[in-house]
Amino acid sequence: MAASAASSSWRQPSVLPGLGLSLGITLTALSLVVLIPLAALFIKAASAGPAEIWAIATSPRTLAALRLSFLGALFAASINAVFGLILAWVLVRYEFPGRRLVDAAVDLPFALPTAVAGIALAAIYAPNGWVGSLLAPYGIKIAYTPLGVMVALIFIGLPFVVRMVQPVLEESQGDIEEAAALLGASRLRTIFTVVLPPVMPALLTGFVLAFARAVGEYGSVIFIAGNVPMVSEIAPLLIVIKLEQFDYAGAAVIATMMLLISFALILLVNLIQARTRRKLGDV
Amino acid sequence: MSVAVTIEAIDKRFLAFQALRNVSLDIQPGELVALLGPSGSGKTTLLRLIAGLEQADAGRVLFGDDDTRDLSLRDRRIGFVFQHYALFKTMTVAENIAFGLRSRPRAERPDGAEITRRVKALLELVQLPDLERRYPSQLSGGQRQRVALARALAIEPQVLLLDEPFGALDAKIRKDLRAWLRDLHSRTGHTTVFVTHDQEEALELADRVAILHEGKLEQVGTPDDVYDHPATPFVCEFLGEANRLPVKIVGSQAFLGDRPVLGGLTQNQSGPAALYVRPHHLKFVDETPLSIPGVVEQLRRTGALRRAEIAVAGLTKRLDLDLTSQVAPAIGERVRVKITHATAFATA
Amino acid sequence: MSEATLPDRATNLAAPAARPRTARRTGAEGPVVQLLLITVSLAFLLLFLLLPLISVFVEAGARGWAAYREAITEPDAVAAIRLTLLVAAIAVPFNVVVGIAAAWAIAKFEFTGKNLLISLIDLPFSVSPVISGLVYVLLFGAQGYLGPFLKANGIEIIFALPGLILATIFVTFPFVARELIPHMQALGSTDEEAALTLGASPWRVFFAITLPNVKWSLFYGILLCNARAMGEFGAVAVVSGKIRGLTNTMPLHVEILYNEYMGAAAFAVASLLAGLALVTLALKSLLEWRYGDAIAAARRH
Repeated sequence: MAASAASSSWRQPSVLPGLGLSLGITLTALSLVVLIPLAALFIKAASAGPAEIWAIATSPRTLAALRLSFLGALFAASINAVFGLILAWVLVRYEFPGRRLVDAAVDLPFALPTAVAGIALAAIYAPNGWVGSLLAPYGIKIAYTPLGVMVALIFIGLPFVVRMVQPVLEESQGDIEEAAALLGASRLRTIFTVVLPPVMPALLTGFVLAFARAVGEYGSVIFIAGNVPMVSEIAPLLIVIKLEQFDYAGAAVIATMMLLISFALILLVNLIQARTRRKLGDV
Repeated sequence: MSVAVTIEAIDKRFLAFQALRNVSLDIQPGELVALLGPSGSGKTTLLRLIAGLEQADAGRVLFGDDDTRDLSLRDRRIGFVFQHYALFKTMTVAENIAFGLRSRPRAERPDGAEITRRVKALLELVQLPDLERRYPSQLSGGQRQRVALARALAIEPQVLLLDEPFGALDAKIRKDLRAWLRDLHSRTGHTTVFVTHDQEEALELADRVAILHEGKLEQVGTPDDVYDHPATPFVCEFLGEANRLPVKIVGSQAFLGDRPVLGGLTQNQSGPAALYVRPHHLKFVDETPLSIPGVVEQLRRTGALRRAEIAVAGLTKRLDLDLTSQVAPAIGERVRVKITHATAFATA
Repeated sequence: MSEATLPDRATNLAAPAARPRTARRTGAEGPVVQLLLITVSLAFLLLFLLLPLISVFVEAGARGWAAYREAITEPDAVAAIRLTLLVAAIAVPFNVVVGIAAAWAIAKFEFTGKNLLISLIDLPFSVSPVISGLVYVLLFGAQGYLGPFLKANGIEIIFALPGLILATIFVTFPFVARELIPHMQALGSTDEEAALTLGASPWRVFFAITLPNVKWSLFYGILLCNARAMGEFGAVAVVSGKIRGLTNTMPLHVEILYNEYMGAAAFAVASLLAGLALVTLALKSLLEWRYGDAIAAARRH
């Protein structure tokens, strides 16, 4: 690294040492572990040629898997946005026995290995499981159907919204609520026009993180999904199947499609966020 | 429009902390009253009680003849300006100001055109025309403060309450806003109560000042009243600097040691007392009767005035004296000073 | 006094002296609404979090203690546990070093492309674990770009330990940096500058000033990094080949047992991982409670 050129214009001068070394380590590791391997993926996908890419991308099985992964993730992230907001609200605003324990438990999906979550969810939502057996008499099947996929994706994305929204709710001053009440607003109007709008950016961020995580989720889903092609087969599983058939190009094309769609969505949301931040600032 | 506010024997306690003790205060319609006190004195609690944001443990608050206890926050029609403005940051200036009008029940709600008209009028009133579409983050502190005031005025309040209205602003802007608020009050005539810990602000702005200390109301009166005739040592010291002289009162005279320093005392309070003398109530004299001999030890400038510090035999603290003329004694010079005005509090 | 004011009283308990304005009497919902929202939240958590967790331990114990012990002490299980520990023991320290370096560069300096660098460090979070494994297969696999070269030199990466480690590093890459960067940014550089003016050497500044300042966030990052490293499934599944006793980590072992209809054994091994998750959560909460107080104290001064 030639980062010792302290007077060069790409960085502000600083008396602190170690930019060259630390940036060197970071960029080297980042390139070797993340960037070069990802580049290999894109090259592999591109090398398949337009006709083959098109064939893989538009094959009914690919489309069905992508649809399930993205729509399932969208659905699960929406559920998590609603319940995550309620959960964050309850944890921040109300006092009840065991509140701290519940607060700690929210992070379980971060800590529990996905395979463990997968077999556990499959066990309780199977027709003979604790929850599944309650629903079976009504003809509702969760495990081994697309519904099972949703259950796993809800599990995996649950903490994101809560953890994003919680600090914002904690920060929101009581002042604005009192101001709204004194100006004559009802409690509902206060909550929906005064308290929640500033929370929206955090909620959106949490939603996107949960969505991104759910799109790519594999471990917790495959046990409960049933994995029926065209019905309950998620995109990451299709990649694994292609790989096991030594169809590297197929796997690479599907993976690239997934990544590009995810990145585009994340970029979009970041742009929206940046615009909101510029407008609302930090009051 | 404006109503009288009557505060009757209010007690308020937060767990172990007694915030207010038996506070009573009558506020006339259209009056501008300052609640003054150090932090923790209960002044903000009292303001929040008037607003209905806190409930009293005992006593009551009347608006005119109405007990406010059973009024909802909306029906109290309070214009409240928060110390940190509490503007809604996801709404524009116009939306902030219109919020109260739009929150009214449908039957009482003005139509859109009327709301727009009123928002415009209020922005003119607070001298911020053409800022309707800005967001609070795009305003300066002084502008935010005025938007908060416009928002409070929009609901045509019976009483206007301001919590440390200039607390978060720069010294320069504070002074400007002070004069502006005084002017606004004389034009709109709302019954107004504001909280401050800045005695200068209170004295300059208010018709009457109510001084609170540890939850008790120490004194209420016009600025001249409370400044020149403080009811308690606390009021005297809180409102401005004062020299404290331990004296003994015999008859109508006060003695420092065995030397008479002040005569013509009317209260009959013989015995040991503390004599509080403001720096500008001391002057250099030539004649001997009722004067205190001392030595000038220090000369300083305090803003517009010059201050002399005078060591007096028998006093551990030097006396502070504000010089009224440009002619000053030299450091080390022997001088005589005379008390022109003082307040005595018995110390026994 | 209604139930609704209870939280406010608690607030006052925490700060009894003269801060009545923190009391939030007006801004509370009625007790019925509160109860309803709390019930909804707890039901949601029960259904999606608690029941799965409990079921792991119940299913693990379904066949009794002897079967449980047999399941976690048979040679393949022990090999899987060993491999998991080994992978984490290499991947976590690697990410600690890189994470500290990245945080130092990003938090202490201003340079062009900094935001891009932060986004790139976060990138693995938005990449499917399966793709994280796939990229290494494409690079190092038998038909991969470097496959022939590796084969000629007798180097095994895919279906071997290096592949497992690489895939694990990939998925846990952001964890440490992500915890350290905001903390170091918030602390600023004045402490370090002070130490430098007092004549401390750069390394001494780092070890005596910077590291102690951020030790709790570092520990926090390591905790999360380790939990993910030991529990990673998708990425590892792709590169492992699942050779029993050789490239089979604990999560993979769980899958194999489960697919072979050895449910109780699968849940027995899973219960070890769930135990790890609980320990992680407990430490994390402990840290947050301690750490949260420290932050509050810093704000008060």
